[in-house]
Amino acid sequence: MRIFDPHIHMTSRTTDDYQRMHAAGIRAVVEPSFWLGQPRTSLGSFCDYFDSLLGWEPFRASQYGIAHHATIGLNPKEANDARCREVLDVLPRYLAKDRVVAVGELGYDSMTPEEDAVFAAQLELAAEHELPALVHTPHRDKLAGTRRTLDVVSESALEPGAVLVDHLNEMTVGVVAESGAWMGFSVYPDTKMDEHRMVEILRRFGLDRMIVNSAADWGNSDPLKTVRVAEAMLAAGYTDDDVDRVLWRNPVEFFAQSGRLELPDTEAPELVGAGATFMGNSVLRGARD
Amino acid sequence: MSASTTDDALAQVASDPDSVERHFAAAARVAAREGRDGDAAREALLLALPGRAAEVVTRLTHLYAHGDAAERRAVLLALPALDAPDRSSPIADAALPIVRDALRTNDTRLVTAAVGPYAAAHLDDDAWRQAVLKVLFTGIPVENVAGLAERADGELARMVGDYAAEREAAGRVVPPDARTVLALARSQHPPVTRPARAD
Repeated sequence: MRIFDPHIHMTSRTTDDYQRMHAAGIRAVVEPSFWLGQPRTSLGSFCDYFDSLLGWEPFRASQYGIAHHATIGLNPKEANDARCREVLDVLPRYLAKDRVVAVGELGYDSMTPEEDAVFAAQLELAAEHELPALVHTPHRDKLAGTRRTLDVVSESALEPGAVLVDHLNEMTVGVVAESGAWMGFSVYPDTKMDEHRMVEILRRFGLDRMIVNSAADWGNSDPLKTVRVAEAMLAAGYTDDDVDRVLWRNPVEFFAQSGRLELPDTEAPELVGAGATFMGNSVLRGARD
Repeated sequence: MSASTTDDALAQVASDPDSVERHFAAAARVAAREGRDGDAAREALLLALPGRAAEVVTRLTHLYAHGDAAERRAVLLALPALDAPDRSSPIADAALPIVRDALRTNDTRLVTAAVGPYAAAHLDDDAWRQAVLKVLFTGIPVENVAGLAERADGELARMVGDYAAEREAAGRVVPPDARTVLALARSQHPPVTRPARAD
């Protein structure tokens, strides 16, 4: 079983997690840039964070046999802080980088005018850089926030198929299904979504444009929740191919729109096990002596 | 957004050096589509930069500071070519701050790229010995260290000898690369002295 976790904040996780993830079949991840639990107060702390998402974190992941990609953007919480708005000016530099597979996480937190402006500006940047967008839906006033998100997307230059609307639940999945955007579900130990409800949603809405993630971060979360969903799907009678579609091929198809996925050959036998230094991997492709 | 081919990018950089930042970021993707090597394409972009050494080093420093890991590594790998004696204005030791930054990281891809011929030619003795020790500590194959036989000296022999003793005292294996460096360093007399750090 090969698994792609399309939304996980590895910066907050330990190397033990990388080992457990590899052992469970996780071979590729996307780490969306988001906030860090405590507000940042200057452009420099964002730049260091983005640099680590494109430098140290992919290196750390590669040591455990996991391909790491990132989405870059100004998140909605910090979009409300005037000290962080300068981030918009440096985004074009980051959106040109390899392994940046979308703009994100974008969207709404409290649905303020500042969030509106920053969201729309970044959808425009996504279109300019030929990148899809990863859009988070708010924790509070979720259905209204999801509808407003879809309105802003429809007014943007992005096709609905280039947008992944994340953190959906039973109340919000329907409107996103109708919009043509991709549907993301964050499976958590006790909030947002769990693996059994996830299987029910797949049963009701089908497997098309369905994407499942752990959204694991520094809070109560579990980096193996994608695996738990795969197990729940199999227990509910879905086939191995169905599982591969939802947990590998769907996220690959969505993020491949960037042209910047660098995936391992999951069909080939593994040369290096988890925990080994990954000197021969694609990160060193083109190494010269 | 980016040049459609590596050759277009090279021509643009030669006439408009400000365009190098976006071409450098996209260079590996563009090269991959052409079946070319990304590191070689990035080196060619840096060699295409017009201007005297000081101007080129300012741009290198900027590209390194704004680069992702692959871009930083490519800057490091290109330093010997930018310092080649047949260039009209070789960069000499002016890019050493970049090498020092890479040697402070724990990213073995960057450390490996930093201990090439440019460091062998320009890095002062103290920093160079520390770099060799870091190579041993982080498990980078020691054959990546350029100029090892020429620069290994008595002080490096002492440092690596202490490292081997520490491993033995802890009941841990002394890596064969440490023995290799120790043998080379002990055979070098007298030590070659390099200028003290100048940057």
